[in-house]
Amino acid sequence: MNSQTHCAAAPVELLAVQDIEVIYDGAILAVAGVSLRVGQGGIVALLGANGAGKSTTLKAISGLVRADRAQVSRGAIRFLGVDTAGVAPNELARRGIVHVLEGRHVFAHLSIEENLRSGGFLRNPGRRELERDLERIYAWFPRLKTKRKTQAGLTSGGEQQMLAIGRALMTRPKLVLLDEPSMGLAPILVEEIFEIVAQLNAREGVSFLVAEQNLNVALRHAGYAYILENGRVVGEGEAHEDIQHFYLGGRSA
Amino acid sequence: MTFFLETLIGGLLAGTLYSLVAIGFVLIYKASGVFNFAQGAMLLFAALTFVSLQEQGVPFVLALLLTSVVMAIGALIIERAVLRPLVNRSQITLFMATLGLSFIIEGLAQGLMGAQVRALDLGIDDVPLFFGEIMVSQFDLVAAATAALLVIVLALLFNHTRIGVSLRAVADDTRAALSIGINLNRIWQIVWAVAGVVGLVAGLLWGARQGVQFSLSLVVLKALPVLIIGGFTSIGGAIVGGLIVGAAENLAEAYIGPLIGGGITPWFAYFLALIFLYIRPAGLFGERTIERV
Repeated sequence: MNSQTHCAAAPVELLAVQDIEVIYDGAILAVAGVSLRVGQGGIVALLGANGAGKSTTLKAISGLVRADRAQVSRGAIRFLGVDTAGVAPNELARRGIVHVLEGRHVFAHLSIEENLRSGGFLRNPGRRELERDLERIYAWFPRLKTKRKTQAGLTSGGEQQMLAIGRALMTRPKLVLLDEPSMGLAPILVEEIFEIVAQLNAREGVSFLVAEQNLNVALRHAGYAYILENGRVVGEGEAHEDIQHFYLGGRSA
Repeated sequence: MTFFLETLIGGLLAGTLYSLVAIGFVLIYKASGVFNFAQGAMLLFAALTFVSLQEQGVPFVLALLLTSVVMAIGALIIERAVLRPLVNRSQITLFMATLGLSFIIEGLAQGLMGAQVRALDLGIDDVPLFFGEIMVSQFDLVAAATAALLVIVLALLFNHTRIGVSLRAVADDTRAALSIGINLNRIWQIVWAVAGVVGLVAGLLWGARQGVQFSLSLVVLKALPVLIIGGFTSIGGAIVGGLIVGAAENLAEAYIGPLIGGGITPWFAYFLALIFLYIRPAGLFGERTIERV
């Protein structure tokens, strides 16, 4: 059904999170003992309710925890086999991890096109190369092209989500951390966005780690899933069968 | 009518100098969320450096370049030694840090280059020019034109270069900027360097007016009402705020002054700012948050 299980045997895994613990302000424990893996070319879902620790886990991986005055106090995160402890977020982005934050976080006062360009600066591309990347994103999200000069803050929620993903893709990532893409969007838009994610994965080989509360749509598109509760992984398995069993039958996978 | 226009124009032209000082604040405030109290000290430092170089016989353009380089190096040091260690701290912490910084810079400037008043000659004749009936100071005109030129350069930088777009991205959403790999530390270095150069231009124009001396660093206090009126987050606001303060000061001194015995200029800007705080606390052009989910 997918290549996830085979990838686990591949020589270098894309992402391996081992038993991490994240502490806010030196006191509040947000994540305690999360381990997960993302193989090359996989789509992995991170499921759980509000406050389960999904966002914190993603921020630990992208290095953004430190911007929230938090830190990974235990465990290890390896990206392409290299420990990422102490690596700055911009350096992680250069290595191929890009984080699409919960709530989109587009640059509201910049135009759609400026938002996209800002994602491309990272690799310091030539002018022509940047234009090519821009056209590639517009091909994925034609709607963004029609509004390229519009201030991003004035576009709809769905457009902002597409922009946030498009901006992230401009960095040419190997792994996209996608936090709650369905938040506040109409079901049809959510479906459209997940459809594009699946296509990007299939055609460009970009891997995704998607945090979601919306189990239904996440499980339909992910190959593998982890379930978080109170900052711990309480279940994991093949998205199609095991996880649905977990939720329906209460059986730990 | 002629008197009114003359007073108004004189005020507007003087206001561009306020704008120039305020722009330095806006740049840093937007990019790093810090109200940089040291902007005045940076201005003094820049002007003193320039004057000292000129006294050594360094030609004008070279002195300008060298001072810019000095300000850029200063920005690197400030970013590394003050901002980076205090990243993610509360605004008041950062504000206190810049307060301390302003004393360090002032002390350093005076220690290295002396505390006496230095005359600064930019080679602009301060002769009155007549447009019809209206008399305008040539120096004010040149100063205003310089300010306008600087604003145009900044606008081009912000809208048409990668660094400019990155700067605006950081100003909009620091976290998102981090997430797509923008190097925050480098952006801060650039912003402080640019603010230093803006401070240099402002320092030269102010310095030519009133001599280069310690009190130059007090223009910070004059920039405050300008920022309150124009808004802390908008360069356009800083410009308009400066013009309003300049014009209002001049007009008030000329028309209200005689009624209450004069001496209005020192406080009128603050009075105006207070009114703005009542009716429009974000300032005229303060960031209107765009929110649409």
